[in-house]
Amino acid sequence: MRLDPIAAPSPARTLGLPALALGATVLVAMGLALIAGADPLATLGLIARGAAGSKFALLETLNRATPLIFTGLAISVAFRARLWNIGAEAQLYAGALVTVVIGTQLGLPGPLALPLMALGAVLAGALVLLGPVLLKTRLGVDEVVTTLLLNFIMALFISYLLEGPLKDPMGMGWPKSPALPRDARLPRIVEGLRLHWGFGLALLSALAVWVMQTRTTLGYEIRATGLNAEAARFAGIPVGRVLVKTALISGGLAALAGFSEVAGLKGNLTADLSPGFGYTGIVVAMLALLHPLGVVVSALFVAGVFVGADSMSRAAGVPTYIADILLATALLFMVLAILLTKVRVVRG
Amino acid sequence: MTEIIDILISASFWAAVLRIASPLIFATLGELICERAGVLNLGIEGIMVFGAFAGWMAVYAGLGLWPGVLVALLAGMAFGALHALLTVPFGLSQHVVGLGITMLATSSAYYAYRLALPEVTSPPRIDPFQPLHIPGLSDIPWLGQALFSQTALTWAAFGCAALVALVLYRTPLGLAVRAAGENPQAVEAQGLSVAAIRMGAVIVGSGLMAVGGAFLTMSAFSSFFFEMVNGRGWICIALVVFGAWKPGKALLGALLFAGFDALQIRLQQTPMGQLVPYQVFLMIPYVLSILALILMSRRAEVPAALMTPFNRGER
Repeated sequence: MRLDPIAAPSPARTLGLPALALGATVLVAMGLALIAGADPLATLGLIARGAAGSKFALLETLNRATPLIFTGLAISVAFRARLWNIGAEAQLYAGALVTVVIGTQLGLPGPLALPLMALGAVLAGALVLLGPVLLKTRLGVDEVVTTLLLNFIMALFISYLLEGPLKDPMGMGWPKSPALPRDARLPRIVEGLRLHWGFGLALLSALAVWVMQTRTTLGYEIRATGLNAEAARFAGIPVGRVLVKTALISGGLAALAGFSEVAGLKGNLTADLSPGFGYTGIVVAMLALLHPLGVVVSALFVAGVFVGADSMSRAAGVPTYIADILLATALLFMVLAILLTKVRVVRG
Repeated sequence: MTEIIDILISASFWAAVLRIASPLIFATLGELICERAGVLNLGIEGIMVFGAFAGWMAVYAGLGLWPGVLVALLAGMAFGALHALLTVPFGLSQHVVGLGITMLATSSAYYAYRLALPEVTSPPRIDPFQPLHIPGLSDIPWLGQALFSQTALTWAAFGCAALVALVLYRTPLGLAVRAAGENPQAVEAQGLSVAAIRMGAVIVGSGLMAVGGAFLTMSAFSSFFFEMVNGRGWICIALVVFGAWKPGKALLGALLFAGFDALQIRLQQTPMGQLVPYQVFLMIPYVLSILALILMSRRAEVPAALMTPFNRGER
């Protein structure tokens, strides 16, 4: 078989195929429910109700979407430059770590502490990604493997700190950090509702990334580098420097997920702060076709699947891992569907 | 220093090196085959998880050990076929598809495990492969225990390395695989199908990755637990680079790596090791992998068409 580009794809093709991909994912969900001996339609209904069926469910989904918006943005910025940052998990933890250290060790008043915590987190995340990117631009070391391996190194480093220097003396022996003081936490958006300003910051970040990508020279350079690094270099774009800037932004965004989870939701640092937000960010970014505003929508969708599956699992007994399978299938179906909007499969 | 020497002269250390190297050898060879044909397979981590689960589950459900290995192999090949279909004829991003396959395979294994065993607190065990007694060799003092008291699956790993080297360098099929990764146009000019060669390589390679995973549950340990693969797949990708895409060197890399791993486990137990946080020891494999990548970066012998999709008729 052979792929021929389609000059002018019809709207039916451009919209229909991605819809078909989502439909196929729903079919997979029903199949998985059947395997588990549950009623497929009831399972779908339970997932939907668990994700958005009540005020509580909806707030839970928004909370879960918050770190995913940050990691999704981090991945989308990097992937656009064809910088394969698979280390958002490590950058998230670096951000969370610095947030806790500044918040608990310096004793600053809240209005001063919060911005410093955010800034420190961004710097830490940026630095964690800077290493692999310099190795890539200077020595040609593939960043996929280095960023992946850094996730494991960072997890062990955090585990060491939580059992050693950062361990909460009042934590009854649990490996967790001391809690942030009340005034060094992100306030709720509406008093009484469990949704913090981390969500607001995530929306603002999405807007800022969109402006950066569409209205600035850097955004143009990132796009050019991602489309064809050789051509970009030929056109006088300093590809190496663009990649470094991309890395700083990407790492910083991922770190904000850690900042927001610690300062907005958990209040302290534990080794299980992130159930893989860094990896799920890849799905979020790809489903959004790397568009920063799309990331918000896809993060809400992905968070809904997770929250809904959790709640469905308690009621119907289908394992929660159904959510991870669905997101992986959605990712694979979607990249295929997007390709087929642009090319036609020809025999021979 | 004396602690290190004590460790190095103990037979159990060398036996551990061979044992730790075995899953890495299988999976590194699998990745090497894919990459020699021009396809980066980031599905490796998830395929290892699924292989570990599938092989173990098959034995737990009543199959024999070798049929269990076969189940793992076939499951790996199935995920490989999906990877191959999306990356070869459709030419989709090998990064995205590979990570997607890792997520799909990992979560499928966890889902199936939870379905099969909803209520277990401690993972059930199977009777794993036992060390083979080789008459004569296994009875040699020290050497017998150090080198010749391994399970059949370890011997299979070494056999596999020899077989892959033989096929890759001494057969027309191997030539075609290498050419598909270096110069696909030339392969098409010979009247061969680049797509068929690459898909075949990815499917076979993925099968080997799954067997590497199965080694963990069927030979090294006797139960399946979450996160047991723990980045070994990513380490194998680094080992392929370290081995300069050559089976022999990759085998040596896996042994060297396993040596450091076996050493760090034993150093943790020494009085000196007690002074250092255990996390530092556990970091060593990952740090070493990054160092290996840096070390080899100057001597890149990467297949020229790695990660370049081939669309027939396009120039």
